[in-house]
Amino acid sequence: MTVTAVEQDLGQLTMSIVTELDVPVARAWQLWADPRQLERWWGPPTYPATFVNHELTYGGRCDYFMTGPEGEQPRGWWRILAVDAPNSLELEDGFADEHGEPNDELPVMTMRLDLTERAGGGTTMTIVTRFRSVEEMQRILAMGMEEGMTAAVNQIEDILAG
Amino acid sequence: MDGELSVSALSRSYAMSFAAVQKHVAVLDRAGLVTKHRHGRQQLVRTELAAVLAAQTMLNEFEVVWRARIDRFTNVLATPNEGAGP
Repeated sequence: MTVTAVEQDLGQLTMSIVTELDVPVARAWQLWADPRQLERWWGPPTYPATFVNHELTYGGRCDYFMTGPEGEQPRGWWRILAVDAPNSLELEDGFADEHGEPNDELPVMTMRLDLTERAGGGTTMTIVTRFRSVEEMQRILAMGMEEGMTAAVNQIEDILAG
Repeated sequence: MDGELSVSALSRSYAMSFAAVQKHVAVLDRAGLVTKHRHGRQQLVRTELAAVLAAQTMLNEFEVVWRARIDRFTNVLATPNEGAGP
């Protein structure tokens, strides 16, 4: 199971990542559709995610929080734009306020998942993430949503200040 | 990439229609990668080099995040299903 392709499109602010999985489509889909399995990989071990609400239907909402090393619990939400189980899912992923309500002033990313059966068995998983602007990408990183994302913040600020 | 170019000049160098170039420029403008200015009758486009470099750095960072996430995804696939899922 390996990542076989990564494409970044600077003009569109998108990144797509393609992974070949050795399992059937239905098994790969479970890791998105079952919140307990989703929680085991969505956040890093130092920032695990907990989904308090998970509804993969058109227009449905999922609400989650992450728990940081200091006990902080940033909240996020998904809004389902399209779903065709077990093959595809498109959603918006954004930040919520302390009551878990979406905050429109905070950045939003769009994500599309495609799971396709590979000839000879296995699944190709394609994930495309789209950002709305450079400024929002920077804010997402700066908000330190995930531990791994914060390392580049200073570097980016230096570039933009340059 | 530095300096300003007119939409007409871009349209000539890329053999694209004026409207097509304008459409691309609008996308890049929304993303913050270029800015547009008017100079008389000309529409000028400036590449925001810092924003382009920052966008590249940030996409690389998100790539690292997703690679780590996919590592965890494949680890979950490799272990027995402990969840009480469907």
